[in-house]
Amino acid sequence: MARVLIRNLNKFYDKDVHAVQDVNLEIRDKEFLVLVGPSGCGKTTTLRMVAGLESITSGQVLIGDTVVNDLPPMDRDIAMVFQNYALYPHMSVHDNMAFGLKMRGMERAEIAKRVQEAADILGIGELLKRKPRQLSGGQRQRVALGRAIVRHPQVFLFDEPLSNLDAKLRVQMRVELKKLHRRLNTTAIYVTHDQVEAMTLGDRVVVMRGGLVQQVGEPLELYNAPVNRFVAGFLGSPAMNFAGVRVSDAGGGLRAQRNGLGIDIPPEVTPRLQRYRDNEVTLGIRPEDLQLANGSDAPGLCFDAVVEVVERLGAETVLDLQVGDQTMVAAVEPTVRAKPGDKLRIAMRPERLHFFDKSSEAAI
Amino acid sequence: MIEGARWRRWVYFYIPLAVFVFVLLFPFYWMMVTTVRPDNELYRPWMAPNYTPFWTLHPTLEHIKFLLGETLFSTWMLNTLLISIAATIISLFCGLLAGYALSRLKFPFAGGLGTGIFITYLVPQTLLFIPLADIIRSFKLGDTPWALILTYPTFLIPFCTWLLMGYFKAIPKELEECARIDGATRWRAMIYIIFPIAVPGILSAGIFAFTLSWNEFIYALVFLSSPAEKTVPVGVTSELIRGDVFFWGPLMAGALLGSIPVAMIYSFFVEYYVAGLTGSVKG
Repeated sequence: MARVLIRNLNKFYDKDVHAVQDVNLEIRDKEFLVLVGPSGCGKTTTLRMVAGLESITSGQVLIGDTVVNDLPPMDRDIAMVFQNYALYPHMSVHDNMAFGLKMRGMERAEIAKRVQEAADILGIGELLKRKPRQLSGGQRQRVALGRAIVRHPQVFLFDEPLSNLDAKLRVQMRVELKKLHRRLNTTAIYVTHDQVEAMTLGDRVVVMRGGLVQQVGEPLELYNAPVNRFVAGFLGSPAMNFAGVRVSDAGGGLRAQRNGLGIDIPPEVTPRLQRYRDNEVTLGIRPEDLQLANGSDAPGLCFDAVVEVVERLGAETVLDLQVGDQTMVAAVEPTVRAKPGDKLRIAMRPERLHFFDKSSEAAI
Repeated sequence: MIEGARWRRWVYFYIPLAVFVFVLLFPFYWMMVTTVRPDNELYRPWMAPNYTPFWTLHPTLEHIKFLLGETLFSTWMLNTLLISIAATIISLFCGLLAGYALSRLKFPFAGGLGTGIFITYLVPQTLLFIPLADIIRSFKLGDTPWALILTYPTFLIPFCTWLLMGYFKAIPKELEECARIDGATRWRAMIYIIFPIAVPGILSAGIFAFTLSWNEFIYALVFLSSPAEKTVPVGVTSELIRGDVFFWGPLMAGALLGSIPVAMIYSFFVEYYVAGLTGSVKG
């Protein structure tokens, strides 16, 4: 059990590709930290530097209190689960799980005990004699997990472990991973490009882009208070709606306007937006924060829209709306009866509005 | 498999296959028939009324007896076997290490080195034997098995290196990374994980290296001179062709017996080297 500390971590490939830029992270003891971002954002490279599979250009990685920069992977007391499972094809499930223990010269009896224990936790007791090619994708993933947990490492590293599974199995394994982490109570770093996995698994989530950490925080913190437009757009499905709006004076308050869309800026945000008066900002609103106006909404937060596409998902209905010259997505109650071409009056929830600087994209 | 009417299978599959098999196996059949054909049939003119080129009614073992009793054939077999095995082991060992390094380790000029090794393979032996003969002479290795054991690797190592490099590249690098996290050093990961998975590739490289050295002709012809040191291909052709007299019976018997070890090796490992050539690693 240990804390992992990443200090000013940098990675250059061939001197000109700056894959990881000044990453500073503290992964607390027993914490499940998720690194998420689009492909090429540096999340996997960061993980591989913690694992020791990638050299560190500059900065430090500490596991526990030890600087591990120059330690080979085998001496870092970590276990890693790979996207393609990386099971040794020529060994049985049992030998796959026992390999790490054998390499460390553990006694036969202790190995047998640990393998059995891990197999019981994961429910793969009957598979121990099989070869990896005789297993289904989900079973292989379990074996890969088993191979990691028999080692009782200080830190678990996961590199997109669920991406090769089909959608249903992925959801199931996600829940099991969560349970497993609660049971094992070990520090874990998990890399994924799937924001749902990030939100559901992480005690805290790190959003990365272009080698830079964008934001670190608990899942809901990131969801409700994104620090910039990228984080806001990356988390949540369907993604947040963005609209460039012009801020102007309107009878004491401020008003944000663009073609076909005009809303009164709620008073609590007004002070922060004062300096953008007569300038453009980006307005962001999540699809679930757009609802049909029911008469009790403040008229300054309502606008008219034309329905273009209706997607009924059962639990909710997703409407693609034409608002002035741009499209917006609203996730409304499934009871809403709308069909393409309908004109609707939509209301925004004032406390859920986000504003971003047009050029820096930072939250205002 | 070809679908549709039965005649389509015959036209597109069975008949072409039969032609192919016939063309490939006919030389062997000819070798066999000639081996057991008595001399008086062998040298019978083709217009003679009892001329039977494709079979014989009086099979005999006299050519084989002559080959084994009157020539040094068994010594040649032993020489060839020894030289081929030694050259194969040396080449396979170097090829394994070089192939692994070129496919897995990052070091300066790795790409250029790989290409360089391949280019040496492309230099024809008919050119290389001239400078090599000079080297063999300076080291005083002429007319010893070492002349071949040390020169065969000049074309076998590049060959093995390239074949194995391709094979190693097909093995997901995560396997090795996982092993290294699991507590294996690079060496142990190589020995416990990579090499066992690469067995089909290693076997096919070994089989090809063995076959190439077994069949090699030019170096053996140039570097060896005394009959007792010769290999099968050179021994058979130099001792059983005297001027313009071809001892067809023993010659074919030598060719037939000489091809048996290679045929046996191939048939034992056929599944492995098919897998090795198609380069499939199933996870």
